Amino acid sequence: MSSFDLADWLLDIWILATASLVAASCAMVGVFLILRRQALMGDAISHSVLLGIVLAYLISGSNSLWVMLLGAVTIGLITAWLSESLHKVSRLQSDASIGIVFTLLFSIGVILVSLYTGQIDLDQECVLYGEIAFVPFDTIIWGDMETGTDIGPRAFWLILIVFLIVLISITLGFERLKTVTFHPSLALSLGISIPFWHYFLMTLVSMTTVASFDAVGAILVVALLIIPAASAYLLAKSLKSMLWLAVLYSQLSVWIGYALSYWLNSSIAASIAVSAGLLMIVTLLIMQIRKVQQKRHYLQQLNTEQA
Amino acid sequence: MNGFEPYPEIGFMQQAWHHLAVFWSFEDINATWVLIGSLLLGMSASVIGAFAFLRKRSLLGDALAHAALPGVMMAFLLSGSRDAEVIFFGALLSSLLGFWIIDWLPKNTKIKPDAALAITLSFFFALGLMLLSYIQTSEMANKSGLDKLLFGQAAAITEDDIQLLIWVTSIVLLTVLVFFDKFRLISFNRLYAKTLGVHVKFYEVLLAIMIVLSVVVGLQLVGVVLMAAILLTPIAAARFWSHQLSTLLILAALFGAISASLGAQISYVAPAMPTGPWIVVSLSILFFISFIFAPQQGLLKRYLDYRQLKQRVVQENILRTLYKLLEREHFQRNHFTLAEITALRSVSTADLTRSIQRLIKKHLISEKSNGYSLSEEGLLKAIKLTRRHRLWESYLSQHADLNSEQVHQQAERIEHILNKEQEEQIVAELMEQLDPHGAPIPKLPSQNLRETKNK
Repeated sequence: MSSFDLADWLLDIWILATASLVAASCAMVGVFLILRRQALMGDAISHSVLLGIVLAYLISGSNSLWVMLLGAVTIGLITAWLSESLHKVSRLQSDASIGIVFTLLFSIGVILVSLYTGQIDLDQECVLYGEIAFVPFDTIIWGDMETGTDIGPRAFWLILIVFLIVLISITLGFERLKTVTFHPSLALSLGISIPFWHYFLMTLVSMTTVASFDAVGAILVVALLIIPAASAYLLAKSLKSMLWLAVLYSQLSVWIGYALSYWLNSSIAASIAVSAGLLMIVTLLIMQIRKVQQKRHYLQQLNTEQA
Repeated sequence: MNGFEPYPEIGFMQQAWHHLAVFWSFEDINATWVLIGSLLLGMSASVIGAFAFLRKRSLLGDALAHAALPGVMMAFLLSGSRDAEVIFFGALLSSLLGFWIIDWLPKNTKIKPDAALAITLSFFFALGLMLLSYIQTSEMANKSGLDKLLFGQAAAITEDDIQLLIWVTSIVLLTVLVFFDKFRLISFNRLYAKTLGVHVKFYEVLLAIMIVLSVVVGLQLVGVVLMAAILLTPIAAARFWSHQLSTLLILAALFGAISASLGAQISYVAPAMPTGPWIVVSLSILFFISFIFAPQQGLLKRYLDYRQLKQRVVQENILRTLYKLLEREHFQRNHFTLAEITALRSVSTADLTRSIQRLIKKHLISEKSNGYSLSEEGLLKAIKLTRRHRLWESYLSQHADLNSEQVHQQAERIEHILNKEQEEQIVAELMEQLDPHGAPIPKLPSQNLRETKNK
């Protein structure tokens, strides 16, 4: 710690860069989940993505980026579709059908992981925490193995691709997403297909969760999807400001969380998620205090007027 | 810790059978305890989960189970012991805190209930994992096994755990038994319960505490992550079999007990297997069996009903078409060809011939060389249907201000489901002899007789 080491510093940079891209993509997608009241769907998809990854690996035998993305997106869409049709056909409440579907898919995923522990590059632990500390060691080499140049961690490139996809699709589809989110009936009358945008959003959620999987694990993604977006929701006055605020919150959580994990020697991913929660608590506290102050202020005004 | 020791391929099945035999011979006292524990847990969790389901808060258990994790870790950090009671107490406290937050957030901020659930769940879980990773890198004694709380591990359960489990589940089941009426009332109609002077808030909190208790006590066996399923899936499966609450609860308890003991056995036989996922998989199989095969509301039964209705509609339509043809010929000719029928009603020929065969079997129409004719019984039925169709048309045009084209569409559907009482009610309302298209509303033969007698 005393001597400045360039290699260590580089590792930290890779970890931080990966974490902040993960947090930013999650926050942007999470905004739409919060607004469309589908927070639980985000929870469900982030769980079942595990099955997608395991199956993709078992079937194809490779853990290349594109196979993982494909497997995760397929299972994510299946989760969304299954919960919706179960809700429609069996007349169960929608949260109940979400619960039944994702617990089943996640269980199958965990069972497969424990069956093939030796053969898969996954274990129960990494399902939970992810291994962001090991991210810099799993690198992609451009060109052939011997002479090619090392271009950086695999997880970083994966999340960079997904981040760009999320960013571009939100920018391009901004108006449509806005209409579908706030005025579904208007969207319907304008001929905007609501199911298309619903499944489009679910695709984004699945891609984000799978890309975050290496870094933060299946379950902590939920915290990054929901908490920064919900904090932004407390303050924001428009969709645009909500998106910006959510990204801001997510970046703050990454920095604070990283410091926290360094201080406590705890899991980086869990600490980031915890700091997102702490930031939300601080926001809530400030809002409550201001609410009380305002109330007192009005009461005073009322008293002086009466007097 | 996660080292899955690969069994030698040949000996594996024998070994598994041996374990299973030991499990069921009740020689291994620990295995027997695990079995009893899992049965009790399955029962109490599914019964209490049923009330959460009925109150439309199916995923509450999920959030509460996740919320228990930091409490467990805190309790371990502060006390340094892994006593069942200490862990239980810590989990209980943090789960209750989670419950309070889930309740508080939507009431005091603009955050919606579903988001509040997801926020609490993920924040508490992250906190728990952070503490767990802190514990694992620290130098504390007997820290191993804490991570088994995440997915559950039947083989890691101690006798202390089981005793606590038995106590708590018995308390939960007894409480449900004692306050059954009150719980039922607030689950189905909260407002009505209030007007009856029931202390709703008290029973709601009591119910919440029962949920928290069964979640927390089940952590060792089922694990944090999948606790949701054992609360939710049994009642969702039971719902296809009955509408009676007591039956529902008994069924849910049965489903819960069966799958919990199955999961425990699998995990006991193959110690590398986590219990929770196997419980969930067996529960889900029970759920899908119920969903498809349940005798009253199963998918199969509903499909068969639907097909039967569809067939009946096609058959009734043919009868009515024959009557219409008869009417057009002024009741002079009673034999009509297939072509004449299809000219009036567009049905695919395959459907038509199949339905006609069925009608012939029922002796409603008879087949002759020059075509098909209504039998006496068939005529009666055709008259009845035509009468209902035209009555409904007149009723709609008089009382609902629909034009004659619209009324036809409606009557096409309603003629198949009107019953005798409704028919008489309409007749009492109307003084019509003709429908809006000007066709006479046919009378049933018995009515004809009665009217001629009156003259």
